[in-house]
Amino acid sequence: MSEATGPVLAADGTPLKRSLSRALRMQKLRALALVAPLLLFVLVTFIAPIADMLFRSVENEIVENTLPRTAAVLADWDADHTDLPGDDAFEAAYYDVFIAAERKLHTRLGTRLNYELTGVSSLFRKTGRALDDIGEVYQDQFKALDKDWDKGTPWAELMGTQAWIDGAQGWKKADGPLDRLVVRDDIAALLPATAAAYQEFADFSILEDDKSPLKEEPWTLVHSALYTDLAALDVSGYGGPRAEMLKAADALVATPEFETINTREALIDIEDGWADHEVWQTIKTYSPKYTSGYFLNAVDMQKSPEGPIMRDEDERIYGLLFKRTIFMSLAITISCVLLAYPVAWILANLPMRKANLLMILVLLPFWTSLLVRTSAWKVMLQQQGVINDVLVWLGLVSDTERLVMINNQFGTIVAMTHILLPFMILPMYSVMQTIPPTYLRAAKSLGANNWTAFWRVYFPQSVPGIGAGSILVFILAIGYYITPEIVGGTTGTFISNRIAYHISSSLNWGLAAALGTLLLAVVLILYWAYDKIVGIDNVKLG
Amino acid sequence: MKVITSILATTALTVAAGSAFAAGHGMADSLTIVSWGGAYQNSQLKAYVEPYMAANPGVTVNWDESSAEAVAKLRAMNEAGNITWDLVDVEAADGIRLCDEGLAMEIDHDEQLAAGNDGSSASDDFGDSIVSDCFIPQIVFSTTFGYRSDMVGDNAPTDICAIFDTDAYPGKRALNKRPIGNVEWALLCDGVAKDDIYDVLATEEGQDRALAKLGTIKDQVIWWNAGADTPQLLADGEVVIGSTYNGRLFSAIAEQNQPIGMLWDAQMLDFDGWIVPEGLPEDRLARVMDFLKFATDTQRLADQAAYISYGPARASSASLVGKHAELGIEMAPHMPTDPANAKNVFVTQYEFWADYRDDLDAKFQAWLVQ
Repeated sequence: MSEATGPVLAADGTPLKRSLSRALRMQKLRALALVAPLLLFVLVTFIAPIADMLFRSVENEIVENTLPRTAAVLADWDADHTDLPGDDAFEAAYYDVFIAAERKLHTRLGTRLNYELTGVSSLFRKTGRALDDIGEVYQDQFKALDKDWDKGTPWAELMGTQAWIDGAQGWKKADGPLDRLVVRDDIAALLPATAAAYQEFADFSILEDDKSPLKEEPWTLVHSALYTDLAALDVSGYGGPRAEMLKAADALVATPEFETINTREALIDIEDGWADHEVWQTIKTYSPKYTSGYFLNAVDMQKSPEGPIMRDEDERIYGLLFKRTIFMSLAITISCVLLAYPVAWILANLPMRKANLLMILVLLPFWTSLLVRTSAWKVMLQQQGVINDVLVWLGLVSDTERLVMINNQFGTIVAMTHILLPFMILPMYSVMQTIPPTYLRAAKSLGANNWTAFWRVYFPQSVPGIGAGSILVFILAIGYYITPEIVGGTTGTFISNRIAYHISSSLNWGLAAALGTLLLAVVLILYWAYDKIVGIDNVKLG
Repeated sequence: MKVITSILATTALTVAAGSAFAAGHGMADSLTIVSWGGAYQNSQLKAYVEPYMAANPGVTVNWDESSAEAVAKLRAMNEAGNITWDLVDVEAADGIRLCDEGLAMEIDHDEQLAAGNDGSSASDDFGDSIVSDCFIPQIVFSTTFGYRSDMVGDNAPTDICAIFDTDAYPGKRALNKRPIGNVEWALLCDGVAKDDIYDVLATEEGQDRALAKLGTIKDQVIWWNAGADTPQLLADGEVVIGSTYNGRLFSAIAEQNQPIGMLWDAQMLDFDGWIVPEGLPEDRLARVMDFLKFATDTQRLADQAAYISYGPARASSASLVGKHAELGIEMAPHMPTDPANAKNVFVTQYEFWADYRDDLDAKFQAWLVQ
């Protein structure tokens, strides 16, 4: 008996189970290899771009990337207080916005933060334009002392290594990018703020401007930093290159005549928005790399120090649009079912030759351009259009009270029902074709009347066709864009029209991505509900 | 994402290499210009491009009619690192946005553009139309109203507030489906002085007031998205009065002989012009700048006015504006800059809209759907 319970062996002596699973694996791999090109294609051209777009709904790196110092300082600031942050925050904002303005990123950040707080866009734009005024106070004084303070080479000698300066002599644009200038360790320890600012300047001019720091006069930001360092630190022990120049400047800063400028006051002077508590609060709230702000906006909410709150009543729009999109898509689906069922029934029960002819009539509009069909509905439905003209001619409607059938929900539902009808007829037809006519005859011969025979015998068998058509039409309808745009007016537009607006006009891609993600989620939830209630196995496309 | 980026980058390199080899004096020999299509693009072809090609044989020009989506597409191109456009025609507001986003190149107008034929520097000659450092103005246009002359009888409107007067002018109105323009007119007709409008609009009460005024005609309005909608609606008799760009109305009136009249009052003066995308390779940039210098000089801007009723953005071009190239009618009286038409213009304040656009748009759209 014990021998009989051992593993069954294949012809080559390996256990049958392993042999079988190997064969199956080979088969699976071959199948995978066959679909791989398509899979790869879909992945690269469809899934990846969608995933990338959806990722934007939470991505928010721009604030931290553009204002790194400010974000770090504000992390310790209590935004709930009505007090403004300390001087260090203003100092950090001056550095960040200055560098961002040189790299022309400040306006982009302004646009981003303007989504959350009106007025930030011009705050950043105006500040970026005027920020040189602060540093110029110091630059002018240092320059008056010694012209070398405004020249590239003396600065490079003060800050950079001799090896770098030798290498950069005689450099031309055609030679390709210059080596990175690294500030000497002794000067970085002596003048930390100046070294950091100069490093930014040198990196910018080498990498982004394609110019040698030897030829470029440093930013006024570097002069501001130099003042900060000289005012706070002692440089008397310095004996490196340009020591004379530095010590003279140190002596100048120590004189009572030396003019200084308070960064906080200067910023507020440029734009009084900097004195607005809300501006700082917004910067702090949106400094994390990821944000729920776009999703909150997509459900008519916004961030606040006390957590998410509803937007003002007169700015709530997306909830309404989502509800309307779903309602109208359902209305379109239902009217498609009602119109398509009899057509599909006739198609399925006519002799082949006649059915084919009718089928062409169904497919003909299907092959016509979407835009043409939509514009045709415009001509039909408008107040001076065909239908109204006929009604007036028949005397059913008076000339002064022509019906309004377009630029509202009615127009959208009519036009979209027409456009999506083939997607309902085709699956219904293919399911009805498989229902043997003998069933109906059998039901009648057993005593059912016409209605009972249809309702109890025929209809239940046609449900999979209705299911397939409904899913197709509903999902197509919920994402429709061009038809509602043309015939929908204000009350007949969908959420997709707002998504398109944010993609192409307002450039608020984060919000567009959040709305798109929600729309996708809504469709998936409805699909899941459909599966629970009707069962997805009950759907047949043919 | 890396894969896509590198595929796109390879394509970009191939394209760039292809055009670089053909360059004559460090200039690419092809130019991709983005414009609006239709009669406007045709006027650019006739006035700028054909003369330029005649002077520079061997240069090919490709058109892309994508100006309406230019901002979004340029942003996508910038992210993919593959700029396929050389020169883009945009509205002033979009020019400002592109500059803010770092997608358009800053221009030194005096350095890079031709001086006026009267000797004035380019920046003086263009004057206020340089709304942004990146923007090279071409034309002055205005958003104004056209009305059905047969439907208003003897009572042709002369005042902008006719749009709110449903007793004197019963019937539907066509308005742009965005706040800009509409809210200003609403406040103006609600009794706010012209100089105070943007101050009022900056307040919550002012915004509500503008929407309330628009609310008095809300159920009488057909909202349009494309500039071609209003002339069509007027021609069909669907609306009695409607706003659109003045060039569209001109072609409906003068070229198609529709029974439409022009209302020149408080029209929104606006500019349209070129921007150069940021990050073009050197040879293509050299070609673009060469073309721009030619295409925006005094004579060329005046020539364009022979094909379409938009005023040249240079002051020095005004005296050179002549007759319509095909109809032979004098063009000056149809220009938004003509003194008779410009008696009471409204100048859009771009700075305000850059800040309040998102906010007011959300309010306006919410108001529309309610």
